[in-house]
Amino acid sequence: MWRSCLRLRGGGRHLLTCPRGGLSASEGLGPKPPAHTRAYVPPAERKRFYQNVSITQGEGGFEINLDHRKLRTPQAKLFTVPSEALAVAVATEWDCQQDTIKTYTMHLTTLCNTSLDNPTQRDKDQLIRAATKFLDTDTVWLVASAALSGSRTQGVASGHRTFSRRPPAHHLSAGSRMARPWHPAAGLLVCILPAPGFFSGYRVEEPETLVELQRNEWDPVIGWAERRYGVKIGSSTSIMGPSIPARTREVLVSHLASYNMWALQGIEFVVSQLKSLVLTLGLIDLHLTVEQAVLLSRLEEAFQIQKWGSVEWAHDYELRDLQARTAAGALFVHLCSESSAVKHKLL
Amino acid sequence: MAALGSPLRTWRGLLRELRYLNAATGRPYRHTAAYRYLVKAFRAHRVTSEKLCRAQHELHFQAATYLCLLRSIREHVALHQEFHGKGERSVEESAGLVGLKLPQQPGGKGWEP
Repeated sequence: MWRSCLRLRGGGRHLLTCPRGGLSASEGLGPKPPAHTRAYVPPAERKRFYQNVSITQGEGGFEINLDHRKLRTPQAKLFTVPSEALAVAVATEWDCQQDTIKTYTMHLTTLCNTSLDNPTQRDKDQLIRAATKFLDTDTVWLVASAALSGSRTQGVASGHRTFSRRPPAHHLSAGSRMARPWHPAAGLLVCILPAPGFFSGYRVEEPETLVELQRNEWDPVIGWAERRYGVKIGSSTSIMGPSIPARTREVLVSHLASYNMWALQGIEFVVSQLKSLVLTLGLIDLHLTVEQAVLLSRLEEAFQIQKWGSVEWAHDYELRDLQARTAAGALFVHLCSESSAVKHKLL
Repeated sequence: MAALGSPLRTWRGLLRELRYLNAATGRPYRHTAAYRYLVKAFRAHRVTSEKLCRAQHELHFQAATYLCLLRSIREHVALHQEFHGKGERSVEESAGLVGLKLPQQPGGKGWEP
């Protein structure tokens, strides 16, 4: 925040040092073309200030060195991680930064920093509560009922009926490199038609496909979770979700309590990405891969994409980001909760 | 158990991502710590005891997760630089993004130099 203020002040000074009479006669005669600059320029990233990244094993664990300087967390604690694989992955993140340090690509470093600093000062119980908070409104419970998703799909598809007319072809080819075919799913040109019964054929057919898809995809995961933890869950079509039995909650809380603080930070991160505790548990128990879990988490979006088409700068962008974050969180949990022991065969 | 495919496929994918990562710095990827660690891990767990195969799956799962992480980050950065990394777009660019074009005025709009 202060940095941006400083930049503003600098900019202000620059404006003040400009000659006041900007439109005086001498300059007014030769008017400069309006500078075609962008209104918003993204903040400058920090330069890569190191050459080599190496790993050393210290007392508290594995440390990262950037050119003989030790990596530290934002709160200036020494950056130490418990497992070698995690240290290698973090070092790779730092090593593969090219000219500038793109912190938004360094999810594992971010997770380690959060675990080391614990900026929100949460203890284990609070972390478990934050993770199980999603149990009530877990994504995979809320199967769209015919009525519910009918009204929702109406809002998405028919209430805000999008144009389905493509512009003439010469407009598509005339643009610059940024030109993309106009897309109905872009949501940029939306014409609101508030006639509820107008597209009624839609509402009847479409939720059924969606409900069938959700039943086919989500029910096996719920069944797996029920068998794995010996609990009773069930799904619901109400917007309030199913009422989770108290025993289910107890079992899952006690299961989460068996993880250490680092792994719990990762679990809470993954839960908040996927919006689902069950999918997270499936990911951590090696039942689902990251791609599967992400797909199940955004099933309705995938359904809409299948119908309306994918928009690269929104759908693909979010998908990649979600996949990267989920993979980072899952890997973090696995690397922090494992304890490897090498046992040789006795010959 | 999640379907992971063959470990060889995961290994090749990881090598490809490491090549991408180190293409910019110009150093061969075989000299990186990540490559050495992965080779060691893949070799050490090539054969596990038949009694408990969970460890092999576990490591393969971690390798696949790491591959997903590296690939998603690379594609995310590429999309970010293409669409979101250059600040606000001009009116012409925004119009071009959805396939539209600003109208041309033959005599100019009146305020150009």
